[in-house]
Amino acid sequence: ADIISTVEFNHSGELLATGDKGGRVVIFQQEQENKTQSHSRGEYNVYSTFQSHEPEFDYLKSLEIEEKINKIRWLPQKNAAQFLLSTNDKTIKLWKISERDKRPEGYNLKEEDGRYRDPTTVTTLRVPVFRPMDLMVEASPRRIFANAHTYHINSISINSDYETYLSADDLRINLWHLEITDRSFNIVDIKPANMEELTEVITAAEFHPNSCNTFVYSSSKGTIRLCDMRASALCDRHSKLFEEPEDPSNRSFFSEIISSISDVKFSHSGRYMMTRDYLSVKIWDLNMENRPVETYQVHEYLRSKLCSLYENDCIFDKFECCWNGSDSIVMTGSYNNFFRMFDRNSKRDVTLEASRENNKPRTVLKPRKVCASGKRKKDEISVDSLDFNKKILHTAWHPKENIIAVATTNNLYIFQDKMN
Amino acid sequence: EMEDKVISPEKVEEAKLKARYPHLGQKPGGSDFLRKRLQKGQKYFDSGDYNMAKAKMKNKQLPTAAPDKTEVTGDHIPTPQDLPQRKPSLVASKLAG
Repeated sequence: ADIISTVEFNHSGELLATGDKGGRVVIFQQEQENKTQSHSRGEYNVYSTFQSHEPEFDYLKSLEIEEKINKIRWLPQKNAAQFLLSTNDKTIKLWKISERDKRPEGYNLKEEDGRYRDPTTVTTLRVPVFRPMDLMVEASPRRIFANAHTYHINSISINSDYETYLSADDLRINLWHLEITDRSFNIVDIKPANMEELTEVITAAEFHPNSCNTFVYSSSKGTIRLCDMRASALCDRHSKLFEEPEDPSNRSFFSEIISSISDVKFSHSGRYMMTRDYLSVKIWDLNMENRPVETYQVHEYLRSKLCSLYENDCIFDKFECCWNGSDSIVMTGSYNNFFRMFDRNSKRDVTLEASRENNKPRTVLKPRKVCASGKRKKDEISVDSLDFNKKILHTAWHPKENIIAVATTNNLYIFQDKMN
Repeated sequence: EMEDKVISPEKVEEAKLKARYPHLGQKPGGSDFLRKRLQKGQKYFDSGDYNMAKAKMKNKQLPTAAPDKTEVTGDHIPTPQDLPQRKPSLVASKLAG
């Protein structure tokens, strides 16, 4: 129940939210920077914990609806309170997280414990005064967006208009207004008339960071479609189709499975988008549809293990990916609690490990190396000794600083770069 | 002239898989995965079955059958504990022919 299922920084990076398989959301807050301790940034401490979703039963299909939080997305902050959207397979909820650090005291008509005083004893008028109290962080559900998805929600994305958002399931994408819960508009529907003809599903979707009319969705066949909502109400016809041509002689039973895109993320600039498939990360220029501009191999050594990865279902693992604040570095997870970073400018990459046994706190992480075959050098790990149960599916990068959040199965790691 | 035939690691893996599961891939593979994906979630007989399963998870200490009554015969009414375990999934394994 404590398996982390999503990790997301808010727009300032001050807050970090995690969702888990048990339907809980835990929010961490960065400590205010200590002026004297300029050599390290504030640590993240628990700020709020709440139960976002509960398990439900779909009576019509006799299926359980898991409470697992699939995605969390923060709204930009407009006032003192913070807002986020959290979703499980079927229902999206808007949560308000607010602080209370003052309490009214000195009521004229009530005792401190709430009991009403005998009115005849009240002889003077007294106005309650707000006095400081221990900080209380309250989370309350403000909107519940339900009953709009027949299939399982894999993505939510808030539009740059900050008024609408999209939710995507395996076959459909819906557009919502944050204030309206009883209506949503269907903008993509790829369900075939005959389900026997089903050949692909939607795997992820995201709004463009700047153009409020543009969004993309990825498919299990390795394609990405960019849609413009100004073109038509139902965006079944894409404006752009991004697909890398495949060499037909290389095609195998596994080709389609490993080409399935598990995550798509726009760069902060909005010029590029990144996709993650089973073995690689690809960067696409929105102006070029026929191939990615950059491809980074995450764990190419797994190509010769596909048979066993298919048998143990690992080939269906859905890894996410993320950009750093300046879009110069991309990061994604792998197995054995390894995660990878690729520097787009220097073309250097590094493999690091998130584990308590192998890394002491406040020490620099040691780069790891996997030995694909042949003689294993000292400190290298051979492919066969990788632990495929230790997978890093969810990672997040602070929007401004070099602080990253990496989720192993049950633990959250927060790393920052060494400051001089 | 020599033709350098290098079999890609992917094709080697494919051959391995086909050797272990000869019936794989004869139906359109894509639809099978996709349909299994759309069907995700544990199926229960009805809401009563679901609530029983939830209760069982919360309260693991159920009264156990008396040690001598290990065989279910026609002589007595079986209790839920005596019956064989309900099969958890109605969706066939992707490896089944």
